[in-house]
Amino acid sequence: MDNKMIVSSSPHIRTIESVQSVMTDVLIALFPAALMAVLLFGYKALLTMVIAVVTAMAVEALWLRKRDLYSDGSAAVTGLLFAMVLPPAPPWWLVVIGAASSIIIGKQVFGGIGYNIFNPALVGRAIVVMSWGARMVGPIWSQPQPFAFTTDINAVTMATALADQQEALSYSFANLFIGTIPGCLGETSALALLLGGAWLYYKGHIDWRIPGGYIGTVFLFGLLFGGGFYGGSFGTGLFHVLAGGVMIGAIFMATDMVTTPVTATGKLIFGIGCGLITMLIRIWGSMPEGVTFAILIMNSVTPIIDNFTIPKQFGGVKKSA
Amino acid sequence: MSSAVFKGGVHPDYHKEVTATMAVTPMKAPPTVVIPLQQHIGAPCEPLEGIEVGAQVKKGRKIADSSSFVSAPIHASVSGIIKEIKPYNHPLGRPIQAIIIESDGEDKWDEQIKPAGSLDDLTADDIRKLVREAGIVGLGGATFPAHVKLSPPPEKKIDIVVINGAECEPYLTADHRVMLEKPDEIVFGLKAMIKALGAEKAVIGIEDNKSDAIRVLEQAIAGEDQISVAKLHTKYPQGAEKMLIQVTTGRKVPSGGLPLDVGVVNHNVGTAVAITDAIREGKPLIERVVTVTGAGINRPANLLVRVGTLVSEVIDACGGLKDNTLKLIVGGPMMGLAQPNADLPVIKGTSGILALTDEDVYLAERAPCIRCAKCIDACPVFLMPTMIAQAAEHALYARAEKLHALDCFECGCCSYSCPSKIPLTQLIRIAKAEIMKAKKQ
Repeated sequence: MDNKMIVSSSPHIRTIESVQSVMTDVLIALFPAALMAVLLFGYKALLTMVIAVVTAMAVEALWLRKRDLYSDGSAAVTGLLFAMVLPPAPPWWLVVIGAASSIIIGKQVFGGIGYNIFNPALVGRAIVVMSWGARMVGPIWSQPQPFAFTTDINAVTMATALADQQEALSYSFANLFIGTIPGCLGETSALALLLGGAWLYYKGHIDWRIPGGYIGTVFLFGLLFGGGFYGGSFGTGLFHVLAGGVMIGAIFMATDMVTTPVTATGKLIFGIGCGLITMLIRIWGSMPEGVTFAILIMNSVTPIIDNFTIPKQFGGVKKSA
Repeated sequence: MSSAVFKGGVHPDYHKEVTATMAVTPMKAPPTVVIPLQQHIGAPCEPLEGIEVGAQVKKGRKIADSSSFVSAPIHASVSGIIKEIKPYNHPLGRPIQAIIIESDGEDKWDEQIKPAGSLDDLTADDIRKLVREAGIVGLGGATFPAHVKLSPPPEKKIDIVVINGAECEPYLTADHRVMLEKPDEIVFGLKAMIKALGAEKAVIGIEDNKSDAIRVLEQAIAGEDQISVAKLHTKYPQGAEKMLIQVTTGRKVPSGGLPLDVGVVNHNVGTAVAITDAIREGKPLIERVVTVTGAGINRPANLLVRVGTLVSEVIDACGGLKDNTLKLIVGGPMMGLAQPNADLPVIKGTSGILALTDEDVYLAERAPCIRCAKCIDACPVFLMPTMIAQAAEHALYARAEKLHALDCFECGCCSYSCPSKIPLTQLIRIAKAEIMKAKKQ
């Protein structure tokens, strides 16, 4: 009876959830979209994802001088997310540079997981878009060809269905929903992304407010200011939600825990802000797509949003800090 | 009869099935009892005149008291001779003055112990006095002197008494068994509370994982128009005062306020039974039901234990500890106090003795906050645990105060839900202590 017991402050039991289990859940959530990418864009999509994930994990392990490649799983998530927002068949060195930048400039220079301000995968994407813009519009954007896994896809197209309204009309809602449209390798299939989102929601890792605010705002904005080119204003609103990067952005990028608000109200504001900036860029900006910069801009104001949206405590009357 | 759900909270593994069906069995009075002079929130007691080493006392004899209003007297839990009066280990983690009585094995009641008469003949004042003299404190674990809660200031009109039968702490089944085995005593004690407070009605809140207790108490209140049973959603911390009052009455206790600010007084089911025993039999609070459980206990049980029995003796009565026991907790796993060893007494507030093994005790390293906001979602009083903890780590106590650290009642939901295993509750405790220290200066 005199054996010493462990003494610590309560509570004495903890959830089995860990950073690693959360990250693994995100990887599971990305599986449908990754599978669709391979089905639509063939082996090059798979190759791109593998290179990005391996690079991200290796760079992080080197940076932290750790032998554990998977570790908390966050590097794998960053690598895969980065691959998802690349063209289907980018040159390998671009994938390596982008994935390495995601980890080093996007995350580690800020102090590693938990301390970065910007979404690491989007930092990587922004860097490659800015540095090799010309290569991002060349013949690397394959036309999706379902189940053509091993054949090299030769038909090329524009970067996104958002780029040309005339061509956009050749895609039906079914195309937009299933993902048989041009775009980044992981962003085209709304169906696959929604499946992943449902998993994250079920596991309690995302709140409805960010994707809800984001998608709702994009839809409303498209409905009001989209010009109604896609089968009327309602259809145009929906088009803006399904074509391009809004789905992957709203479900996977804008919900990144580290770089988005923690308060409930803050999450809603963040989602709406992302939606507004995305649509401002799409409709009046010089680029066809605005998801990347919308989320990065909103990342930068996250601490301010948090500070202004601290909820009132239980039974509280005064406005809080 | 189903009611509102409070926001926040967590769903830990309950492990109540281990002891939920085990009837309460009285544990044999030990040869020696160690009775601390502080077993309640409030002023500690002093030994009464004549209570000194060598003095003979009988069971139920008042041995220590305080002139302070917020305090509760302490009674001998066995008959015998006072052997020593000295500081002894205490669940609070530091030695506290205690009266040590060697039992004479006769277990004779003090002559003063006699029934107080029928409830109809007692005035509100009589009831309060009886409750005080019986040394009754909140038996849910907080140990606030019960008579104080029955004496609201005259300007605060109390209309509802809320009885806590939620027992939301995992593992513990003491209240559950009391509800199954002593429903009539609960109703009688509740009526005494209603009378003492001049209240209009009462509601007994029970979590829906104890449907048998709900049935038994619904039968026990048949014909009592004033009293109802509320079936509550099973979620921790459903039994916390503010949450319980919100879901049973719809009233929100203000920040920094007390239940009586919204016309409510809240007592535990065990406290109701103690009041009944004091009125019907004149018995002071000298024993309580303790759930002895956890994977480290060889034969888990619900025991009726004399106050002052050493935890080591209680554990021995339950077949001892398994070799892989790593943690010994007095109370439940969410709010209980870890002890370095079992050499300390059961006190009035000891609702459970829990032994956790290497399989239950989490020893993982802490990871950085990933801002997942799970602690914020889990906080039942809507605080920002991660922000307060961060402020505490940087010694920014003014910021912690601004973030309402003092509203935290240390339920542990934030630490429980943290995937990074940050000791949020502990850090907030530090902030609270520092804020209070600064206020006193």
